Amino acid sequence: MKLKLDKKDFQPFLQNLMDEYDLFAPIRLADGVFAYKKIDQPEEVDLSASNTQKPAKEVFFPQSETMFRYERAGKEARITSTEGVERKRVILGARPCDIQAVCLIDQVFSGKEYTDVYYANKRDATTVIGMACNHPLSTCFCTSMKGGPFAREGSDLFLIDLGEAYLVELLTEKGTAFSQNEFLKKAGPNDLNLAKEIEEKASKKTDASMPVEGIDKKLDQMVENPFWEKVQEKCLGCRVCTYLCPTCHCFDIVDEALTNKGQRVRNWDSCLSTLYSLETSGHNPRPTNRERSRQRIMHKFNYFPKNFDQIACVGCGRCILYCPAGFDIRQTIKEIQKG
Amino acid sequence: MIQEKIREKAKELLEKKVVDVIIGFGEGTLPLRATPLFVRSPDEADCLIWNSFCENNLSTYLHKLTQFKVGLVVKGCDSRSIIALSLEKRFKPDQLFLIGVPCQRMVDRRRVKKAVKGEILRAHEQGDQIIVEGEDFKTSLKKDDFLYPSCQLCIHRNPAQANILVGDPVEESPLLEIDPEVKDFESKSVEERWTFFEKESSRCIRCYACREACPMCYCAECFVDSSHPKWVEKGLSPSDLEFYHIVRAYHQTGRCSGCGACERACPMEIRLTYLTRKLNLDVKELYDFEAGCDGELPPPLSTFKTEDKQEFIK
Repeated sequence: MKLKLDKKDFQPFLQNLMDEYDLFAPIRLADGVFAYKKIDQPEEVDLSASNTQKPAKEVFFPQSETMFRYERAGKEARITSTEGVERKRVILGARPCDIQAVCLIDQVFSGKEYTDVYYANKRDATTVIGMACNHPLSTCFCTSMKGGPFAREGSDLFLIDLGEAYLVELLTEKGTAFSQNEFLKKAGPNDLNLAKEIEEKASKKTDASMPVEGIDKKLDQMVENPFWEKVQEKCLGCRVCTYLCPTCHCFDIVDEALTNKGQRVRNWDSCLSTLYSLETSGHNPRPTNRERSRQRIMHKFNYFPKNFDQIACVGCGRCILYCPAGFDIRQTIKEIQKG
Repeated sequence: MIQEKIREKAKELLEKKVVDVIIGFGEGTLPLRATPLFVRSPDEADCLIWNSFCENNLSTYLHKLTQFKVGLVVKGCDSRSIIALSLEKRFKPDQLFLIGVPCQRMVDRRRVKKAVKGEILRAHEQGDQIIVEGEDFKTSLKKDDFLYPSCQLCIHRNPAQANILVGDPVEESPLLEIDPEVKDFESKSVEERWTFFEKESSRCIRCYACREACPMCYCAECFVDSSHPKWVEKGLSPSDLEFYHIVRAYHQTGRCSGCGACERACPMEIRLTYLTRKLNLDVKELYDFEAGCDGELPPPLSTFKTEDKQEFIK
């Protein structure tokens, strides 16, 4: 079903959403810096960025999340669970690449083998309102990675910015729950034509030529290749590319403990950190940046495809845009394929 | 031309095996960006470039190349980091060959991006202008208006130490006499300062790009990584973020060359250098010392003299 939301009705629509759901959407943290946050006031929502710095995975898999709290009083120990999600949620404005990435990590956190309640509870409670990318950047290569600026997979509703209004497509059961929403009106043929035009134009803009076919097989032969020395050379060993990556999903669990009480917390972790693989004995199986940089590439293009039959990169371009040393994963992909 | 001279010198150093590797800059894949380049054979030397987009402080890479003889392309600030690091005995005396470049000040790519509507697809320099082009625009911007704050204030553009200088020395005068950011910060009340600092550090994602980009951050174990004792938690609570940023800045006192690499590396655009610049001004005022300007003089906070000022002890 295709409906239309006039931009003048956007704020009331958001308020209406917030009456029923906890709303998560991009907000502006500083000039040019955006992230997803829980919205308190509709006017905080800012969809002007082509993409946020921190990806949408954060809504389901927060960077720092309390798993439970504990307290000791005398001989009694009390544990408070934090896994429940009390209210239904909506994530609004997520771009197709970020949604594709969430679908990829679904397989880790709520796949065949394991269910991570913290992730799964949030995921189940959430309606995804995706948003088309009318202006993909030159660093975008989603169309090479089975996605696209207008890919609807994973979205329950999908917004296309038509200038004065949004075209709103209701795609799933969670989406059709909005068919009677008072702010959504019937879309006319002009709206549909305009949307189609924008889609065709945008889809031509992203790079569909990234040679990723068979890259996992190539990498099988490259574990001890001197190539990794070259890859790691200019890498500073910071965590920008992994934390801003919409598919990276490693975490570290710690207890934040005081004498009588504390909480167990899980925080994002990064394979590029020295500490990541450091063992209690002091031995580190990934002692240098060479092994760590290799791990980052291997996980995305070899291990993940082996486990789940898909590459764990969606072509959002964040690691290229924000690397302080100008590392470009597109070059690495091409060099791997050259052999 | 500077670029040609860098290439010639790099070629010569590698051919004569004076160094094992040259670290300089190569063409980046994004407009307005050069990228660190490691050159190991003379025929690769022609990939080295020089322009106003060579923003990285390459001396940070030296910590992982302690076993090699390294040729390094340095600007004024980078050479000061080297001197500061030498005073901390990070290198063997003849391990480095510095190719010094009198710096023309570096362009702040974020400022440029924010000044134009639409994505910049190509950029180049033409005299004192930067020409940026997108799908449906081409604009010329005055370079001096789009420099990094640290570069606008810089009075040490000529390398303080170099084995060879490529290019003629430049006149040492700042584009801005007074640091607007520090002045603004100083004029705030204590509460306002804290609010500003709190807001900036609240965006931190603990990627530690500021730490890794900084040549002076080389502790074998950074205090944030220590688990025994655990000085700080690993989450995003305001107190942990603020603690990290305060200690990171303070640890630079008397050691920071003011290159601005920390701020450039931050993906969340957290203002960082107003703190280190303020500390640099304090060190200058209290001890008449500037980091990395004198190869013999140890940083004031590493030494003790009975006549040191101590009015601040109350």
